[in-house]
Parts: sequence; structure tokens; C-alpha cells
Amino acid sequence: MAENQVSLEMHGISKSFPGVQALKEVDLILHRGEILGLVGENGAGKSTLMNILTGILHSDTGIITLKGKPVNIENPRQAQIMGISIIHQELSVLPNLTVGQNVFLGREPRLPIHFLVDWKNLYYLAKEHFKKLNLDIDPHILLSELSVAQRQMVEVARALSFKADIVVMDEPTSTLTEMEVKNLFSLIHTLKEQGISIVFISHRLEEIFRIVDRVIVLRDGVLVGSAPISQVDPKQLVMMMVGRELKEMFPKESLPQKEKVLSVKNLKRGKDLKGVSFDLHRGEILGLAGLVGSGRTFVARAIFGADPLEEGEIWIEGKKVQIRSPQEAISYGISFLPEDRKAQGLFLKLPLSSNIAITDMKELSFLGIIIFKKLQELASSFVNKLKIRTPSIFQIVRNLSGGTQQKVVLAKWLALKPKVLILDEPTVGIDVATKAEIHALMNGLAKEGVAILMISSELPEVLGVSDRILVMHEGLISGEFLRQDATQDKIMLCATGGANNG
Amino acid sequence: MISTASLKKGVNWKIFLRNYGIVISFFLLCLALSLVSDRFLTWTNILNVLRQSSINGIIAVGMTFVILTAGIDLSVGSVLALTAVVTASLLQRGLPISLVIITGLALGAVLGSVSGLLVSHLHLFPIITTLGMMTISRGLALTYTGGMPITTLPSSFDFIGAGSLGPIPIPIVVAAFIFLAGHFILTRTNLGLYIYSLGDNPVAARLSGISANKVILFVYALSGFLSALAGMILIGRLDSAAPTLGSGYEFDAIAAVVVGGTSLAGGEGNLFGTLIGALLIGVLNNGLNLLNVSALWEGVVKGLVIAFALLMYRAVK
Repeated sequence: MAENQVSLEMHGISKSFPGVQALKEVDLILHRGEILGLVGENGAGKSTLMNILTGILHSDTGIITLKGKPVNIENPRQAQIMGISIIHQELSVLPNLTVGQNVFLGREPRLPIHFLVDWKNLYYLAKEHFKKLNLDIDPHILLSELSVAQRQMVEVARALSFKADIVVMDEPTSTLTEMEVKNLFSLIHTLKEQGISIVFISHRLEEIFRIVDRVIVLRDGVLVGSAPISQVDPKQLVMMMVGRELKEMFPKESLPQKEKVLSVKNLKRGKDLKGVSFDLHRGEILGLAGLVGSGRTFVARAIFGADPLEEGEIWIEGKKVQIRSPQEAISYGISFLPEDRKAQGLFLKLPLSSNIAITDMKELSFLGIIIFKKLQELASSFVNKLKIRTPSIFQIVRNLSGGTQQKVVLAKWLALKPKVLILDEPTVGIDVATKAEIHALMNGLAKEGVAILMISSELPEVLGVSDRILVMHEGLISGEFLRQDATQDKIMLCATGGANNG
Repeated sequence: MISTASLKKGVNWKIFLRNYGIVISFFLLCLALSLVSDRFLTWTNILNVLRQSSINGIIAVGMTFVILTAGIDLSVGSVLALTAVVTASLLQRGLPISLVIITGLALGAVLGSVSGLLVSHLHLFPIITTLGMMTISRGLALTYTGGMPITTLPSSFDFIGAGSLGPIPIPIVVAAFIFLAGHFILTRTNLGLYIYSLGDNPVAARLSGISANKVILFVYALSGFLSALAGMILIGRLDSAAPTLGSGYEFDAIAAVVVGGTSLAGGEGNLFGTLIGALLIGVLNNGLNLLNVSALWEGVVKGLVIAFALLMYRAVK
């Protein structure tokens, strides 16, 4: 086989930004048909390296060789022409166009009259393309009607529609459910068989071990390790990434109490929610699993008053309440961390201190006038408590890394001292060390008596963190497990509708 | 609370230019004018520039609030005209001045609130909503007066436009107060923080429990209120109120805000920038006068200055 044929070589790549050396003399070799895992903590330089490969950034020093020929990659378009495609961590699809238009953006098939687009053909091609990828998405619908996960699949489909022989996937699975991950992985294997090389970036080590042939590790912009995946174990890999040994990935110690804090009964809203009921107890971490689109997020939004309910009751500490807006939910002691931190959680142009304080301004002001001393104390206390890495509490949030931003959103909700904390995908796209910190924090909160409802697509997380697990399928609870009884297989069975009851 | 980030790591010239570029441009323009015209740097002329800028400045404060929420208010000039003619006619009927002033200001706030309600509760686009308010107010002003100006107001009303507090003309005092109050609201109050957050990310703001509708209603009501206030100063100075007053004022106000560095996308900017923006436009008008440039060229020059300012912001972003 041509396994050993070198497809890409990056040699001595360095790049610095004002004040930061992002990459120092990094080497990377990618063989034909190889799946290369690229791992490292947030800010280790993975994205910078890939941005250099795809022409978005230019390296200060270093050489890139494609199939033995040195090349100069000026811009993303040129990279595409050279056969390098990237699927970004942050979606770059256009919400007001249809799925099909997004896939063929800039390369629409034309009618004989050249400046007219052949729409019929475009949607036909899109449909065929999706079939090959096992994707069940109608190319005619607007992208804005899709969930985040579905949009990501469209992005994957778009990247693959270029005839690329190197595909970079920057955290392609971060918002995908197990099922979709499986689809993606079988697709990656198909691509590999066709001789396409893949650079796979992920924070989920379990996936790295499942899919890649070889792994390289970056830490603080330096290449600290490279090995065939069969020669390392997860512990060693984490140690290389973090530079020290991490204890348990999912430490578990909370003790749920009997007292019900939140009860929902028969929540209904169109086809998203078809009658969801459950109880949440003081000090409990309740995991909510299910495929994307199963209604998990709608449950959270309904409880938080973000979407109106058609039917159903919400009880807080034994009292029936009406929640018609997030404000009302907040007044009942409910906090909700939404799944998309940039679109729904952060004020990127505002300083960290304001981002944390904003939910709690009534406490931090007198007659509507801000008491800055209190505000800054609150922000500082959370910076210390959550170990938020920032030069100052006045740092503009846009300039912080993903994991740090997530801690900021968390701090915003914890500032309210909630009784019920709803977390929607709390660790998406976050490195292992920060993830462990967030899990430890959740445990600590549960111990203090906070009732936590955690939505997650990552089954190991659900299994590791929850006291009890609910599974949703098509707007209904399809299974319930105690921590000790739950397994990935049982949850997947319920999530896909394969079991009638847990 | 403005980008303290720039204080670290020595001097970053891009951030420096972004924060102070407009101030530097303003002083360069003043310097140039004082070199070519010996009348520019006189006390009388400086007061003159300030007085002329005060009307636009007051309107621009309201415009800044609206633009910070990622909105826009095109109706300011027409709201000014409608409130001005109503105020003038009430004055002519001999109602007490204080009552008339309150009524006029309230009318402005109500007109602004109508736009605000349409934008916040019915989710109409600000540009279309206020465009509608612009033509409706102008139409009402014209119908109300039959197209004729209302002349000779009671002389006791003149102090608003022509009076002075010590050596400082009243319009300047009022404008200074409005800028300070506006600055206080934006930087020191919950409402100010909500305005910035709403402009930055409306989805996150709503999910953070902010009453977005109330905030939006407030900024448009404020814009209408300040337009009415500016209108009173204007008719106090002119001693008459024509239904055609204030046409094109939305342009000067938006220009002051944008030249002052407030982002039309919302969530970014401050009143200090707007103040310099309004003064820059005032000095520009004054300079064109002093240099005897035909009034016909005024629009062209102002347009070019704004385009230049926007290009500069783009370049240092």
C-alpha cells in the first residue's frame, strides 16, 4: 500500500502574535490515507497550526511541502485548490441560505446561460452528496431551521464536497451525538480508504483512541510528543497535554437528598415536547441524554421561560409556578447555561466583570446606580473561585480562550446562587483540564444542595457525572437509570427509540 | 469601564488610534482653521461653534443610546419639527411657559415611545419604523400649521435659545448637562449596562433576564424627548417655529455618533466620542463659513469627512 507516502510535511513552523509565541518550531508529517490526531489544551496552538496550513494565517518561519513540493499557501481559496479542506470549530455556514446553497456556495452549478444558477441540479447534487454521507437532511430547507449539530454536519458535508486529499477537522464532534459521531467515523474510514489524509482535532480522548492512527501533542506552542496511537495510553496522553498527571477524569462524590426542588409535569409544545415529566432533587445531578433534536434543549428552555409552553406544570419547592420569561425563572432561583456560549451566553464586546455581574445587577446597585466596588468584588471572587485565567477582570471577553469564556458564562449564572442550575452542554469544546475543573465545580455545587440538570451529548460525561440519568427520544422521556445501572448501550438504545421503557 | 485592556503591554498604536484618533483629528482641524483664519480662535467664535453644536449634540446623545442597542432613529428631525410647532402654538395661546415646556417634551417622548413599542414588541426594523415616524411627524407638523411658520413667540421664552447663564449661553449649559447625565446613565447605571449588553448580544441579554423591551422603549423615548428639547432651543433662538425645521438633522446626529466611534452594530461606543463628533461637525460648518465656502458644498464636505472617519476605524480595527 501507499501508506508511507508522505502527503504533507510542515517543518519548523513558528508564529507569534503580539505578546504571545503561539507556535515554536513545530513539525508535522501526514501520510497518505492517514488519520492524524492533533491534541493539546485550549491555546496550545492547534488552531493556529491548522490556520497556517489552510492559508488563514501565515507562519513567521517554516516550510510547507505538499507531495514533496514546497508550497506557499497564501489564502484559504488557494489551500482549497491545493486540496486542503478544513471543517472549522466555529461554524462558518450562512443561516439565511438553504442547506444546498451552503454546500455549493461559490461553486453553484450553472445553466447553459452561464450567469444563471442551475438550482434543480444543485439540489440534486446536494441530495446525492448527502446520501453518500448517510445524512438525512433536506437540502431545500433554510440552515437557520437546523440544530447546531445538523449545521455542523452540513459544514462537514461542504468541506467534503471539495475534492480534497487533506481534510482538517477541528473538533468536528463537539456538538454531535454518539449516533452522529458513529456516522462521521464511518465516513472518515471511507475517506481513508480513498487515500484521503485527515487531521483530527478533538478534546475527547476516547474518540482519539477510537479513530486515529497516530497522534501528535502540542503544549504551549511546542510539539511535545508524536506516537502511533497503539503505543500510548490515555493517561500518558493527558500527561503530555497538561504537563502533569490529572487525577480522576470524572470524580464523583455528591449525595442527592430526598427533597424535590423542581418538578415538571406533562410539558408539551408542538412536536418538540410531547409530555415530559420528571423530578429534580436537592443536591442531585440529573443527566439528560438523547440525540440532538430529541427535545433536550426544549425542556431546558421551557423550564427557563425562554419558549412558551402549550401545556404542563412547573413546581418549585412544592409550589406551582408560572414561568413566562427568563426573568421570572431567575426570580424562582433557576439558572440556565445555554449550549452555544457565543451566540446565547456571552457579551463579547464587554469586559469580564460586566459579563459576570449582569444577571445580578439588582444586588450590585442602589437605586439603579452601579456600586462598582461590589461588582468588582463579585467578579474577582469568581475569577479566583473558578480559576478563570485572565489578565484582569476588565479584560474584554472576546480576547479570552474558549474554556475561559465558558467559565465566565458559568460564573454569570452562579452569581445568582441558584437553587436549580440547568447546564446545556457545559463542556463542549473545552480541554480536559478545564473540563475536569467544571465537573469538580458541579460536584461541589451539588454538595452545597444545588439541584443540577445537565444536558450532554457526551455519554462518558453523562455516565461519569450524573446521579441519575434521563434519556429523551422524540420529545418524550424514553428511559431513566440510576447511576449504577446505566451503561452507554442502554442509553443509546433508549435514545434511538429501541427501548420502550427504561 | 472603557477598554482598560489597552493599558497593558505598553502602547498599542492601533488601540491608541482607535480611542484617540478622533480627538487628534479634531485638534488638527482646529489647528488648521486657526492658522488660515484669525477669527477662528476668538471667544465669540468659540461660543458660536459651541452654541451651534449644542442642538445637534443634544439630539446625538439620544441617537447614541439608540445606536448602542443596534437601532437607529431617523425621525429626530421631524419629531423636532412637530414638537416645535405644537410648543409654539401653545405659547401663542398664552399657556404658562413651564406647562408648555413639559407638554412639548412629553410629546417628544410619546412620539419616540411609539417607535420604541413598534421596534420592541412587534419586532419591526428600527430603520423602517423610524422612517415611518419621520414622514408621519413631518406630515402632522405641516398639517397642523397649514405649512406656515408660527412667528413671534412670547419674549419670555427666548431665554431658552438666546439667554445665558453668566457668560455661557443657555443652549451650551443644557447640552453639557445632557452629555453628563447621558454619560452617567451609560457608565454608572444598570440601565447603561443593559443598553450595551442588548446591543452586543440581544439573545444572551434576554436569556440573562434583562427586560429587553423596556430598555428599547426607553432609548427611543429618550431620543424623542431630546429631539423635542433641541427643538425648543432652536425655536427660542429663531423666535419662530416652521414645520420644515430640523430636516436633515438625523444625518448630522448619526454622523456625530458614527464619527465618534460608536458602532452601528451596537454594543460599542461612548458619549465622549459623540461629543467630539458633534464638535467636529460644528467646527467643520464654522470653518466652511469662515473660509466663505459656498453653503452648497457643505453636504459634500461633511459626507467626505464621515466616509474618511469610517475608513479610519475600519483600518485600525
